[in-house]
Amino acid sequence: MRTLNLVQAVREALDLALAKDERVLVFGEDVGRLGGVFRVTEGLQEKYGEGRVFDTPLAESGILGLAIGLAMGGMRPVAEIQFAGFLYPALDQILSHLGRWRHRSRGRVGLPVVVRAPYGGGVHTPEQHADSPEAILAHTPGVKVVIPSSPERAKGLLLAAIEDEDPVFFLEAIKLYRGSRAEVPEGYYTLPLGKARVLREGGAATLVGYGGMVEVMLEAAEVAAREGVEVTVVDLETLVPLDEDTLLEAVRETGRAIVVYEAMRTGGFGAEIAARIAEGALDYLQAPVLRVAGWDAPYPPFSAVEHHYRPNAKRVLAALRQVLTH
Amino acid sequence: MKLKVVSYLDKGEFPLGEEEALALYRAMRRARFFDEKALTLQRQGRLGVYAPFMGQEAAQVGLALALKRTDWVVPSYRESALLLAHGLPIHTLLLYWRAHPAGWRFPEGVRAVNPYIPIATQIPQAVGLALAGRYRGEDWVVATSIGDGGTSEGDFHEGLNFAAVFNAPVVFLVQNNGYAISVPRAKQMRVDYIARRAEGYGIPGVVVDGNDAIAVYLEAKKAVARARKGEGPTLLEALTYRLAPHTTSDDPSRYRTREEEETWRRKDPLLRLRGALEERGLWDGEREKALLDELEEEFARELALADAAPEPRPEEIVEHVYKEMGPDQRRAWEVLRADA
Ligand SMILES: Cc1ncc(C[n+]2csc(CCOP(=O)(O)OP(=O)(O)O)c2C)c(N)n1
Repeated sequence: MRTLNLVQAVREALDLALAKDERVLVFGEDVGRLGGVFRVTEGLQEKYGEGRVFDTPLAESGILGLAIGLAMGGMRPVAEIQFAGFLYPALDQILSHLGRWRHRSRGRVGLPVVVRAPYGGGVHTPEQHADSPEAILAHTPGVKVVIPSSPERAKGLLLAAIEDEDPVFFLEAIKLYRGSRAEVPEGYYTLPLGKARVLREGGAATLVGYGGMVEVMLEAAEVAAREGVEVTVVDLETLVPLDEDTLLEAVRETGRAIVVYEAMRTGGFGAEIAARIAEGALDYLQAPVLRVAGWDAPYPPFSAVEHHYRPNAKRVLAALRQVLTH
Repeated sequence: MKLKVVSYLDKGEFPLGEEEALALYRAMRRARFFDEKALTLQRQGRLGVYAPFMGQEAAQVGLALALKRTDWVVPSYRESALLLAHGLPIHTLLLYWRAHPAGWRFPEGVRAVNPYIPIATQIPQAVGLALAGRYRGEDWVVATSIGDGGTSEGDFHEGLNFAAVFNAPVVFLVQNNGYAISVPRAKQMRVDYIARRAEGYGIPGVVVDGNDAIAVYLEAKKAVARARKGEGPTLLEALTYRLAPHTTSDDPSRYRTREEEETWRRKDPLLRLRGALEERGLWDGEREKALLDELEEEFARELALADAAPEPRPEEIVEHVYKEMGPDQRRAWEVLRADA
């Protein structure tokens, strides 16, 4: 099978969605003529025309508002926010409206909106460009949050997100855009939202994460295995709705859990995971649940030291040693 | 450049046919009737916090009657008159202001969405809804409304610029009632007329005497026609005044004088239109009484419908969060159901 990187896989999904459903529109800053700053939408405007794939003025709240209105009127907008760190000007639209419309209209106004945004660090981007705001989004009622960890997952999950009747945030790890390559099936396929995946099984401990942290967890698991320690690795994939059953089962099996995420530690989505484990698997725990996360500081724009911020296999292994010797 | 304020009634002009003029007056009277009833119900504890529009009927009804029923209304919290005149049933509106879930699902046939509470967020959404119509080959125009204070928000500017760039069929009504709760217009902006901002977006801007129903109606009709023809958005500023408090929780005596209120009471848009109708022999005390009887009957019927709505169930809290209930909502639903 041919291999694709994450950029190509996401592009292919958008292409298929545009071809399949006339109501699908792709827009955002620079997504038309330029094809997006990461070239995710390259060639799509040429293929589908300026009506379906277009540039908007530079205003994130406007983009979210436009997407909401388009969905109200029966379209299926797929908006791009150039970097997840630039979602903040649109937070009013997101927190006040996007996930609330179905509820406040008692089911009349559902919003099948997808908002794609590159997120996360590891590639020496400028200030603000490496943020991981998934906890803010997950803390918003009525929206779904999906963070794929590989090209083949991204393609199927994005197509499922576009088919979904509710708003979905689809965060794409910048580190994986060109840094990942995988066999990706041809043609149209969807993967279910709201399902976590167990990528590897081992009895010593359970590593839980998503998106750009999955390769970090897998690397740590590989190193541990060479030392004879087998761990379970869970890729959450969808943060909301959370697949609590798969999560808890994986933790109950091992009795030890480490949550890995690259956003700053305090109030991050990993805290939610730790709380769910405490609520649902406390009796099985043989060690405290640990978080390996970004430090409580802005993601550093200082490229020489930024690799000290983002969790890596070494830090995951240190946490593993800690839970194993507890 | 000096902007002209479009007005007819204070010049003794009446460029409108009998039928349209009477329709305007009736709809405005009906709205005022609702507003008065709502304030009474609120005082009796039979309505929640309510935002009256008294004094702004010409602006809202003038726009509503310029629309077709296939057009969309995207309102703020002060637009009950606009909603009523666009066909929202009275009992739905009462239930909305009762904060009853049955009043939050507007009926399918009514092309209006629930009022917006955060200021100005409706503006870019109205643009999206307008573009959706174009994509779908529908000829709907979207009418959205905002107060003078709301024009200071970023979303107002983003939305107007988007509408201009995409040539969206939207009519933006600014009801400039002089205050944002307590903050007077002079502390909100340095421009004389908000409509002047239209030039900055490259779209037409029009100022009307917002207490002159004929002026609002005729200018709104032009704006709607332009939008429908594909000529893009219009910013329509209606100069008006809110005769009642900001909401039922507000005390306007803390920020404006009785004299000022009295001045505006003399410019009450209902009285002005009625006066002009009476001068032309189109209205009199008898007709007014007949209309009020009709409205009283209608309201009693609608209030009974609102009163008959079943008590909200606690588990409704977690219904309609998603199309399909997720596992977390499902768990909460069971707990709430047991609470009932
Ligand atoms: C984002 C936001 N900030 C503040 C408020 C609180 N608030 C409600 S109404 C209002 C004043 C609005 O004034 P204006 O836009 O002139 O409209 P009017 O109430 O006069 O119709 C304020 C500050 C709000 N609802 N939303």
